[in-house]
Amino acid sequence: MSVKLNALNSDSYIEVSQYRDQHFKGNRYEQEKLLKQSNTLYVGNLSFYTTEEQVHELFSKCGDVKRIIIGLDKIKKTACGFCFVEYYTRGDAENAMRFVNGTRLDDRIIRTDWDAGFKEGRQYGRGKSGGQVRDEYRQDYDPARGGYGKLAQQHRSTERPNSF
Amino acid sequence: MSRRRHSDENDGGQAHKRRRTSEPIEIEDRLESLICRVGEKSTSSLESNLEGLAGVLEADLPNYKNKILRILCAVARLLPEKLTVYTTLVGLLNARNYNFGGEFVEAMIRQLKETLKNNLYNEAVYLVRFLSDLVNCHVIAAPSMVVMFENFVSVTQEEDVPQVRSDWFVYVVLSCLPWVGKELYEKKDVEMDRLLSQIEGYLKRRVKTHVPMLQVWTAEKPHPQEEYLDCLWAQIQKLKKDRWQERHILRPYIAFDSVLCEALQHNLPPFTPPGHMPDAQYPIPRVIFRMFDYTDAPEGPVMPGSHSAERFVIEENLHCIIKTHWRERKTCAAQLLSYPGKNKIPLNYHIVEVIFGELFQLPLPPHIDVMYTTLLIELCKLQPGSLPQVLAQATEMLYMRLDTMNTTCIDRFINWFSHHLSNFQFRWSWDDWADCLTLDLEKPKPKFVKEVLEKSMRLSYHQRIVDLVPPTFSALIPAEPIFSFKYGDESGTSLPGYPVSITVSNAIKNRASNEEILAILKEVPNPNQEDDDDEGESFNPLKIDVFLQTLLHLAAKSFSHSFSALGKFHEILKNLTESDDGKLHILKVVYEVWRNHPQMIAVLVDKMIRTQIVDCAAVANWLFSQDMAHEFTRLFIWEILHSTIRKMNKHVQKIQNELEEAKDKLEKQQHKRRDSGDDEDMEKNSEEDEEGQLEEQIERLQEKVESAQSEQKNLFLVIFQRFIMLLTEHLVRCETGSVDISTPWYKNCIERLQQIFLMHHGTIQQYMGTLENLLFTAELDHHILAVYQQFCALQL
Repeated sequence: MSVKLNALNSDSYIEVSQYRDQHFKGNRYEQEKLLKQSNTLYVGNLSFYTTEEQVHELFSKCGDVKRIIIGLDKIKKTACGFCFVEYYTRGDAENAMRFVNGTRLDDRIIRTDWDAGFKEGRQYGRGKSGGQVRDEYRQDYDPARGGYGKLAQQHRSTERPNSF
Repeated sequence: MSRRRHSDENDGGQAHKRRRTSEPIEIEDRLESLICRVGEKSTSSLESNLEGLAGVLEADLPNYKNKILRILCAVARLLPEKLTVYTTLVGLLNARNYNFGGEFVEAMIRQLKETLKNNLYNEAVYLVRFLSDLVNCHVIAAPSMVVMFENFVSVTQEEDVPQVRSDWFVYVVLSCLPWVGKELYEKKDVEMDRLLSQIEGYLKRRVKTHVPMLQVWTAEKPHPQEEYLDCLWAQIQKLKKDRWQERHILRPYIAFDSVLCEALQHNLPPFTPPGHMPDAQYPIPRVIFRMFDYTDAPEGPVMPGSHSAERFVIEENLHCIIKTHWRERKTCAAQLLSYPGKNKIPLNYHIVEVIFGELFQLPLPPHIDVMYTTLLIELCKLQPGSLPQVLAQATEMLYMRLDTMNTTCIDRFINWFSHHLSNFQFRWSWDDWADCLTLDLEKPKPKFVKEVLEKSMRLSYHQRIVDLVPPTFSALIPAEPIFSFKYGDESGTSLPGYPVSITVSNAIKNRASNEEILAILKEVPNPNQEDDDDEGESFNPLKIDVFLQTLLHLAAKSFSHSFSALGKFHEILKNLTESDDGKLHILKVVYEVWRNHPQMIAVLVDKMIRTQIVDCAAVANWLFSQDMAHEFTRLFIWEILHSTIRKMNKHVQKIQNELEEAKDKLEKQQHKRRDSGDDEDMEKNSEEDEEGQLEEQIERLQEKVESAQSEQKNLFLVIFQRFIMLLTEHLVRCETGSVDISTPWYKNCIERLQQIFLMHHGTIQQYMGTLENLLFTAELDHHILAVYQQFCALQL
């Protein structure tokens, strides 16, 4: 009896995005499956200064948080602007996709996306300079993410006279 | 909404090309889409769209009649905010095809029976309302609708049924009248008068013990918080007085009157309300939330009065829109703001009132709290020139009325406001609230500001809050969330535990084993022990203190560091907390070191429960202990308690599910064995083995469930006992001292007791017998007993 109308079933905020982790160990099918059952979210566009406590406070509004892993610069081992949030249940993670994604944390609009699950090593940035790839190439100045992008910083420094 | 559009060309994410000869599935999807979308923004008028759609559907009836019936029944149930659009559509179809109209009515009746059988009472209301509006569309004959209403109201004559059952049937009838009252009175006024008089009699004798527990404010001014049936009755009375002139509802069928009145009508088949079943779950009563009236919206259209039928219809529709679109905040906000007829009402005020009404609803909001925060943010984005002002006005009003606001609602207000501010750089005119600074800090207003600042700090950082508020607010600023290490400073060196704390600290830093550390801890003198006692495993509070303080100090950097520490030294911690005294003491130490960082206390307690270092009852006892009395009214205490209860409930649920799964598995195995007939002996033996194993597993799980339920019951008993002790003490003290009992502490405490019942009413239901026999007996002070009685009244 309970006819479900496709047209009324829209829940677009919890849909899986186009992003796929290129370092994922397994085939595309396995990755899709994990994404569809995951309780873990990738959280991006954080300030380098955003703390685990702040992430916990915000994401706890959607349910009990199992753990948070703050993303680190591979070389400096300092926060580099992303993290993983794992919930105990998928339903709670879905609510985060619906109600936390696209809102502000630490004055910045943050973005959440499904993650196939945390594995050791994934907490490190994959950019050449140690941070996230996006911070390698960006041209804008973002004081909460180390200022200019790394490439842009190099260009700026080559413009100055040699200092050694 | 599905991303699919009307036209065949544009097709979501499908890779293949659409075939020219459309497949049946595609036609069905298209029909669904067409029907669901009618009434939305369009270049053509609603009337012409309905006309067009009726034509299309009529043409498709020969091949797709059943699908169309199902879709129409579904939208009747799931899109009540578009009720009149779809009744008009059905009216047009009935005018073109009498048989189809009859089949639709039959399908609706079948659906109504199903929804009632499945306890879907809210959806059943929408179905009945749909049927009643079909009278306006000449699909259903008015007299037969009156007969259905008469059958519903006759439920009020039933004996020995829960009041919530007859409540529902009365509610359904009354709530249809704004739509169909006029038509029914024109045709059958004598019968309708009799009906209303019966309802009036019922409403007079109804018991309303539950009302105080469900009111957001206890004050009658400025807006009385009325019981929902009382309010609806007043609205219908006024509508009747106005001779059923109702001008708000959008009625597309009026434009088609000439076509529709040519149609033949159907009689509703006689419908006997299904009898009461013991497992029926009728909706619990509600109190209508009111915060605005016409004086609050100074410019523009006038807000319909609280007892006008218009107010009822507007609020119903807005609630329905939220119910349909809550998962997609942008769509939800857009749909709310494009409410038909919005130019005649102060829509922003209605929206804000309905949203806060849901957020503050007792016992629980219909949807998760955070949804309302993000919905309001979306609304502010879409109406930046007007909505933020209404929201600010609402916030100001809520602040002004804090003194009589239910504590649970204040909690939600605190959480909403701090989260909302964090999305807008915490900009607020704090000076406007300087009046709270002259009040005792335990009074609702300063308490509210203090809690808001604390929550705001959690979403930012301490200095931000200091910079945010005027210096006059310094007493309300939260403490800096830093660790308090008793062995850390000069005065610490003279403490008895100091030397061992240094040794332990070094041992931990040098990665000593658990055995080595336990050996070090053996050196800690036991302040509780006599010299000639045996060195047994008796509870040594100093040992716990030294180890835990030192460990948590080393791990103070972040949550992760502390969790890691708890994990690494789990063995030692379990060893130290074997006794109940040990468990209580570990909680005391956690509080002592992190008393300025309640958020950290909460996450540590959570971890310790999950890793079984402490149990739920220990946490409850700790929160109610004398040591914590000075923190008793702070929000974090109750967040910890409710989180603890939830963990307990989830734990029981989990094992119950495991038991069910095992039982299902066994059943399947047994079926398989029976069906497989004569197999080889070998196979039969292994199957029997498997079954035996399953049976053993089920027995074990059964025991586990019983033990978990026992723990759960015990937790509630502990909590209620503690409440009763505290409240009784206070009441007796006040009485003997001839002092007014209504202190801020008392209001907080009694409402916290209410909150336990409200937030966990589903679980507590199972233990009612024990509660009544052991705790909530007639000897109890009537103030405390009243809370219990109000709770019971929710189910009557």
